[in-house]
Amino acid sequence: MTDATLENSPYAFVRKETLPQETAPLSVAGPVAWVRANLFSGPVNSILTLLCAYIVVTSVPEMVRFYFIDAVWSGTNRDACLADKIGRPVGACWAYIGDRFQYFIYGSYPVPQRWRVNIVFAMFALGVVWLLWERAPLKKVGFFFFFVMLPIGAYVLLLGGPNAEGFLRWLIGLTLVLMVVYLVLSFVPALARFWIGPAFLAVEEALPPWKRFYRPKRLVLLSLVVFGLIAILADTIGLPRVDTGLWGGMTVTFLIAAVGIVFSLPLGVILALGRRSKLPIIQLLSVIFIEFVRGVPLITVLFMANTMLPLFVPQEYSPDRLLRPLVGVALFAAAYMAEVIRGGLQAMPKGQYEGAMSLGLGYWQMMRLIILPQALRIVIPGIVNTFIGLFKDTTLVTIVGIFDFLRTIEATLVDPTWATPTTRATGYAFAAMFYFLCCWGMSRYSISVEKRMAAGQKR
Amino acid sequence: MSTIPTETVQPGKASLLYDPKIRGYVYQLALLAVVGFLLYSAASNAITNLRAQKIASGFGFWHNAAGFDVNQKLIPFSASGSTYGQAFYVGLLNTLLVASIGIVLSTFLGFFVGVARLSSNWVLSKLAMIYVEVIRNLPLLLQLFFWYNAVLKPLPNPRQSIELPAGALLNNRGLYLPDPQLGPGGSLIVWTFLIGIVATIIFRAWARKQQEATGKQYPVGWIALGLIVVLPFFVYLVTGRPVSFVYPEIAGFNLRGGIQIFPEFVALLLGLTTYTAGFIAEVVRAGILAVSKGQTEAANALGLRAGPTLKLVVIPQAMRVIIPPLTSNYLNLTKNSSLAVAIGYPDLVQVFTGTVLNQTGQAVEVVAITMAVYLTISLVTSFFMNIYNKRMALVER
Repeated sequence: MTDATLENSPYAFVRKETLPQETAPLSVAGPVAWVRANLFSGPVNSILTLLCAYIVVTSVPEMVRFYFIDAVWSGTNRDACLADKIGRPVGACWAYIGDRFQYFIYGSYPVPQRWRVNIVFAMFALGVVWLLWERAPLKKVGFFFFFVMLPIGAYVLLLGGPNAEGFLRWLIGLTLVLMVVYLVLSFVPALARFWIGPAFLAVEEALPPWKRFYRPKRLVLLSLVVFGLIAILADTIGLPRVDTGLWGGMTVTFLIAAVGIVFSLPLGVILALGRRSKLPIIQLLSVIFIEFVRGVPLITVLFMANTMLPLFVPQEYSPDRLLRPLVGVALFAAAYMAEVIRGGLQAMPKGQYEGAMSLGLGYWQMMRLIILPQALRIVIPGIVNTFIGLFKDTTLVTIVGIFDFLRTIEATLVDPTWATPTTRATGYAFAAMFYFLCCWGMSRYSISVEKRMAAGQKR
Repeated sequence: MSTIPTETVQPGKASLLYDPKIRGYVYQLALLAVVGFLLYSAASNAITNLRAQKIASGFGFWHNAAGFDVNQKLIPFSASGSTYGQAFYVGLLNTLLVASIGIVLSTFLGFFVGVARLSSNWVLSKLAMIYVEVIRNLPLLLQLFFWYNAVLKPLPNPRQSIELPAGALLNNRGLYLPDPQLGPGGSLIVWTFLIGIVATIIFRAWARKQQEATGKQYPVGWIALGLIVVLPFFVYLVTGRPVSFVYPEIAGFNLRGGIQIFPEFVALLLGLTTYTAGFIAEVVRAGILAVSKGQTEAANALGLRAGPTLKLVVIPQAMRVIIPPLTSNYLNLTKNSSLAVAIGYPDLVQVFTGTVLNQTGQAVEVVAITMAVYLTISLVTSFFMNIYNKRMALVER
């Protein structure tokens, strides 16, 4: 018997050295294979590809030519954008956008007062970054800033006039009183026993007095700073009243969106809790409100706010023309928000409720400390979706005569200064870019939040 | 010996203030009182305000003559002799018309785009993605303005109409289609057509039963084609081609003859369809992705090709995930049709909440009726979709 190994078998041919590696054949890897697999894998697919390619080839170069190559970038009136005046084919008339840009942002807000809008924009940007940037410090203070300081500050700054300034002074007084109260309490902890719970006090007492004051009372300090700055502005430069009829453009669009967000979130939480409440009357009223508002179009809600709200309140308190759609939009968004939040509440495992109850927490403590933080975090994508819808829906206030961004565009289109054959296409393209960037940005943010939260759940 | 008096512990005899039941009643009563007060003060304010403005209340205006005309009407309506009540029905029918056509079209487009986004064809899926992203991130009102003001309004005037195939004309007053006129014996064609549809439905039910009983498949598609298309065409030839068309033609500054489809209707339909289709596409995509991959593989292992796999295995299972959000998209489309008021399509909101409200000033009644109509449409649609959903839902154990 012989060992039939490779070494001694007479006919075996075994290559001893390693061959250099060859590249994969073109039909398996590389661009050709990719094209074959993804574009021409069969007759139907090939036809579809050619059809799509035809669509792209016919539309894209045409659009590039219209919006970039043939576009007019500078000029002062319609003559710059007329083909027979400048002797070449004219595409988009960007000069018109440049000329009207200020109007698109501020509407008819008086030019010398526009710095006030700018400050509100800056505050808004600060609040948004504070809340959305994951690693920003002092998130709770940020919440307070966005949901309390910003609305009040914007109201005083944008409207101005004696009423708003009186309101501002009253607020500063209130803040000062609160500050004195806190000051006394933090230096004489014994007094605070009635104010805050004993357990909390034990932690507090370990700290030196100034820390005790500083730690939980940042909010008061922040309000004092913000209101103080606004008051200084009002005293030095003056805040004459600017009627809401003059507001317009992106300012109003952002204003409606922000008011909708600021009011719909807490209102939605309350409605969602009401809908899941065990008390039948509270539940019934919540269900009726939610289903009623969700069953009708926003336009009818706006019409109702516009024509019926003034009827329902006494003549002397008749709401401002801009306030009416704000109420309508906020209520409308709240109903949708309530359903999103209800989803989050339903997703909470029962153990969370039971755990909270076993700690002896009452209903509101349980909701505030255990359930809502988790539930809201789950439905952040849904909340952002509602915001996107709300932002798009702000355009509907156009129909009840509010000068939002879209309306300012429409208004400039009928203005003879810039009436050219291509003005309309340019204006709509500009509006589309604005809305697309805002909505797309929000949806990207919600996707990134979703991914970040999924990272913790990954196994 | 003395007994130690045992202290009796009485559970649950805490102060009434902390009894959750009592608290619940108090909360509810307080809420009821607040809501009741709000409603009462709103009503009393409304009465005083209406009286101050000398606006009549009640539904008496329903039978008053409406002094305006509407361009698109499915029922007879004229400025002289028609009432506000008839205006309401004109608007309602126009809303239902655009909503129902929009629902059908957007379903087809949405399914196509949703499936296209998952296609292995790279160009197709990217195009579908761009469509969905762009459409969903722009306000519907902007899209309506675009279709109406930027696409349809700049069309040439009637004298320079764009000629489309089959004698149709397109201009800034709308789309003019040839109007078919039935000659003697023409009604026979219509009847054959209707009978063909009924016969197809019966045959389809029969074929399904046969397949469930015996496993034998019948060519339903071909037979349907024969019954609905070929047979009426045959009758058309046999009866001596009794259908003639009245073609739209230029008369003075306008067109005469033909069926006119108004640009407002076209713009609204285009806007609603493309907008809703973007959302339906995502619903469909999510539904298809929810079907586990093993199902596709199993179908492939049985020898089914891509088409039948999608039609017979994936879509039926995906429908369970798709139907509930699809319903809300249908409702959204119906509600969004109220944006017609912005481009002047005479829907319910434009005719009733717009014109009638302006003429009568009876805001409370008009807005309440409009809202009631939309609520009813919502409830009815969800009711039927829920029945359908129940039939399609997965039955477990």
